[in-house]
Amino acid sequence: MADAHSNESNYLTATRGLKSWLFTLDHKRIGLMYLVGVLVFFLAGGLFALTLRTELLTPEGGDFISATTYNKMFTLHGAVMVFLVIIPSVPAALGNFLLPLMLGAKDVAFPRLNLLSFWVYTLGSMFFLYTLAAGQLDTGWTFYTPYSNTTGTAVISATFGAFILGFSSILTGLNFVVTVHKMRAPGMTWNKMPLMVWALYSTAVIQVLATPVLAITLLLLIVERTLMIGIFDPAMGGDPVLYQHFFWFYSHPAVYIMILPGFGIESELIAVHSRKHIFGYKAIALSSVAIAIISFVVWGHHMFVSGQSELAGIVFSFLTFAVAVPTAIKTFSWVATLYKGSIEFNTPMLYGLMFLFTFSIGGLTGIFLGALSVDVHLHDTYFVVAHFHYVMMGGTIIAFVGGIHHWWPKMFGVMYSERWGKISALFIFVGFNMTFFNQFLLGQQGMPRRYWSYVPQFQQQHILSTVGGYLLLIGFTIIAIYLVHSLRNGKKVGPNPWNAQSLEWTHTASPPIEHNFHGQPVVENDPYNYPEIDRTGASH
Amino acid sequence: MATFMAPENAEAKQAVADAATEVAAEVTKAPLPPVETAHPWAMPTAASTFAEDTDALYYFITALDTVFFVIIMGAMGYFMWKYRRRSKDQKTSSITHSGIVEFLWSAIPTVLLLVIFVWGECDFVKQSVPPADALDVRVTGQKWYWTVEYPKYPGVSLSSSTEEPALTLMVPKDKPVRLTMTSTDVIHSFYVPAFRVKRDVVPGRYTQIWFQATRVGEFNLFCTEYCGDLHSQMTGVVKVLEPDNFERALIAAGILEKEDGESLAAYGERVYRRRGCAACHSVEGKDGIGPAWNGLYGRTESLTDGTTVKADDEYIKNSIYEPNSQIVAGYSPQMPSYQGLLDEEQVTAVIEYIKTLK
Ligand code: HEC
Ligand SMILES: [Cu+2]
Ligand SMILES: [Cu+2]
Repeated sequence: MADAHSNESNYLTATRGLKSWLFTLDHKRIGLMYLVGVLVFFLAGGLFALTLRTELLTPEGGDFISATTYNKMFTLHGAVMVFLVIIPSVPAALGNFLLPLMLGAKDVAFPRLNLLSFWVYTLGSMFFLYTLAAGQLDTGWTFYTPYSNTTGTAVISATFGAFILGFSSILTGLNFVVTVHKMRAPGMTWNKMPLMVWALYSTAVIQVLATPVLAITLLLLIVERTLMIGIFDPAMGGDPVLYQHFFWFYSHPAVYIMILPGFGIESELIAVHSRKHIFGYKAIALSSVAIAIISFVVWGHHMFVSGQSELAGIVFSFLTFAVAVPTAIKTFSWVATLYKGSIEFNTPMLYGLMFLFTFSIGGLTGIFLGALSVDVHLHDTYFVVAHFHYVMMGGTIIAFVGGIHHWWPKMFGVMYSERWGKISALFIFVGFNMTFFNQFLLGQQGMPRRYWSYVPQFQQQHILSTVGGYLLLIGFTIIAIYLVHSLRNGKKVGPNPWNAQSLEWTHTASPPIEHNFHGQPVVENDPYNYPEIDRTGASH
Repeated sequence: MATFMAPENAEAKQAVADAATEVAAEVTKAPLPPVETAHPWAMPTAASTFAEDTDALYYFITALDTVFFVIIMGAMGYFMWKYRRRSKDQKTSSITHSGIVEFLWSAIPTVLLLVIFVWGECDFVKQSVPPADALDVRVTGQKWYWTVEYPKYPGVSLSSSTEEPALTLMVPKDKPVRLTMTSTDVIHSFYVPAFRVKRDVVPGRYTQIWFQATRVGEFNLFCTEYCGDLHSQMTGVVKVLEPDNFERALIAAGILEKEDGESLAAYGERVYRRRGCAACHSVEGKDGIGPAWNGLYGRTESLTDGTTVKADDEYIKNSIYEPNSQIVAGYSPQMPSYQGLLDEEQVTAVIEYIKTLK
């Protein structure tokens, strides 16, 4: 076991110098570098959002920023959060670190490819940010034509930026698919994989299949520009709604690229910290796969009022409800896992429980938007804004933050302040709900999204939202401080502080050694087989 | 309902205009009352036949969601309290799944979701088929105002303004109205929360919606598809009138005519506000999509083709009827032609108005 080697160097100290990081083939270091990137962009995206919220304190536009600045800010906020933060957050940052460890492998299947995808991500994000800023892009992260055509060629370079980033996720996806198929430790059958691995696997499959559509869209945009063949631009006889079909054909599956990995983390958090075998393992694993498949055929629910045919609307509405069922199954299973457990309210678990609260609201409010007649009223209002923040932030980001807390001792071998962890979790819970809950009510009363000024009757609720936004800032600042502080001053921990049962905890030190394991681990047990489970009598 | 008198019939026109004077004053001049606000937890004022249907489903989903949320959170809260860790080696259950429970919590939501799907779908289909006797209205979206025309009432036209809430659409109560919509530039979206209707307004094609208003009053109209800088000012006021008043009020508000005793310049200012010029041209020097109008008259303009021209009556008239034939240097050809939309008298009035702007 790892304890015997506790004085040995780990992956953080094995080699030194900047180069040893930038050109590392170690999946753990690549994961950490992604993590740093993602967190920096998260800070930037968050500050863009606060700029917007500050402008919205009063109904009149312009008391803080001009309409033009406002429009650029929400474009930056959306684009940065989607493409640079949420999509790479769990799979590329945590996933890279964890996947080989959880599988009992030495690294991912193609370590060089992994480094390449990190560099593609870095260059892609630089290019993307440069385009957004230099191209003065004010189209929103959706780049809808023909509006985006009027901003010159910016839409091509922005799509190109998104495509470079997409390339990075295709490469990561490919790598993960092969790794899961080929590199599992002896004894780890598909049914003994941790649910985090199932989630990363389903995500990787979507990444590989959906991202090429972005490439096709880009190609069509370029063909339209250079050969003057009208495809999306009505001035040349094209169809702007066709662009929306292409865009959402990628971007709806991308929604699940964003949320599925969050589901994976949630399964681990709930099981480990309630010391219970996850309830309905098969149902949770298979529902990830079901979601991955159905997610390809629901894109039209973003376009119920766009002028697509009524029949298409009806079909897409139906399929959208179909995707709700596996999501509901997961939620119920997580709650059921708590039943007769031994629940510890530490910081990771608080995020696990917070996720159930916020994500349930996100999921349940999706039902309003899937129902055709109700969506006609709510489409493109704050209701939609609230809904996707409850899913993307209340789901993925909350799970991501919980995951960082859960695996922090593994990544750095130290523990953070539990007390400050709880305090900041409270700030985030209150701040998040305050910011976004009343946006449902705003939307339901008809407040349109992407508005720089608005009718005075909505002011009180906007103020509430803005105050909530600042509470979130406080919460995240506290987290940043105590996590950084813990790197130097945190209490050292052993290999398995949570007494979890998956390989990254049971078979390697904290932090892990450079090659992950001494010898090949062999799996005999189920990853959720905790010692506290009472085996006497029960025959389940 | 009385048939509309063609405007050529001077006598009839006079009669209509007279009858409409008080209504006109009320409709066009009075500051618009604040829109009725409902409780933040409730849907906004319901003013169309669709509103009742949509709200019924909305409240049904709200109730159902609440029940499910309470069940999920109730169970979670109860477990959190009941099974909190009391001792380090507290035993936990070995349960891993349960066929019957898992079947139930898959099947029950499936059935409920199907009900919601069918309900929403039926209402949606109803909203897609306008009745044959609906009043036809043409709506055009452009950066950043709406223009509304009534084929049945030639010459009548309303438009929104980015400056203030302006009367943009007038409809009779209890009569179906069909909107045929298109855009001249980018995608906009026509949304009247009180009617629960919304539809994208797309360049290069026509989209349609219909509704039947059930309540007299004034309601917000919003653009809900992001369309650029003044997206949030692309708003207007929808006014629902008693069918008896509708025609008179519409003509009074929608026909733009020089009033007796009104100066040409004052009339020109009204044209400026009511025909959307204000969306792109300021009159106090602020640069917009187009050049500001103050100091324009008599100035020498440089054009993009390198030539210069004196801004006289002829030039301004040409700028309005054929805006793309002479483009002012530093601007792009974004101004639509007003050929056929502004008559000679209105153009003259605009010129007189511009002359007064220093
Ligand atoms: C969509 C924006 C837009 C609207 C609406 C608009 N214009 Fe313009 N207008 C422009 C632009 C851009 C220019 C400069 C380019 C050009 O000369 O065509 C311009 C130029 C002009 C000029 C010449 C100004 C100069 O400095 O030489 C006149 C006169 C004018 N418009 C009148 C009108 C009138 C009258 C209306 C309303 C009935 C109107 N415009 C509505 C955009 C608009
Ligand atoms: Cu979607
Ligand atoms: Cu708009």
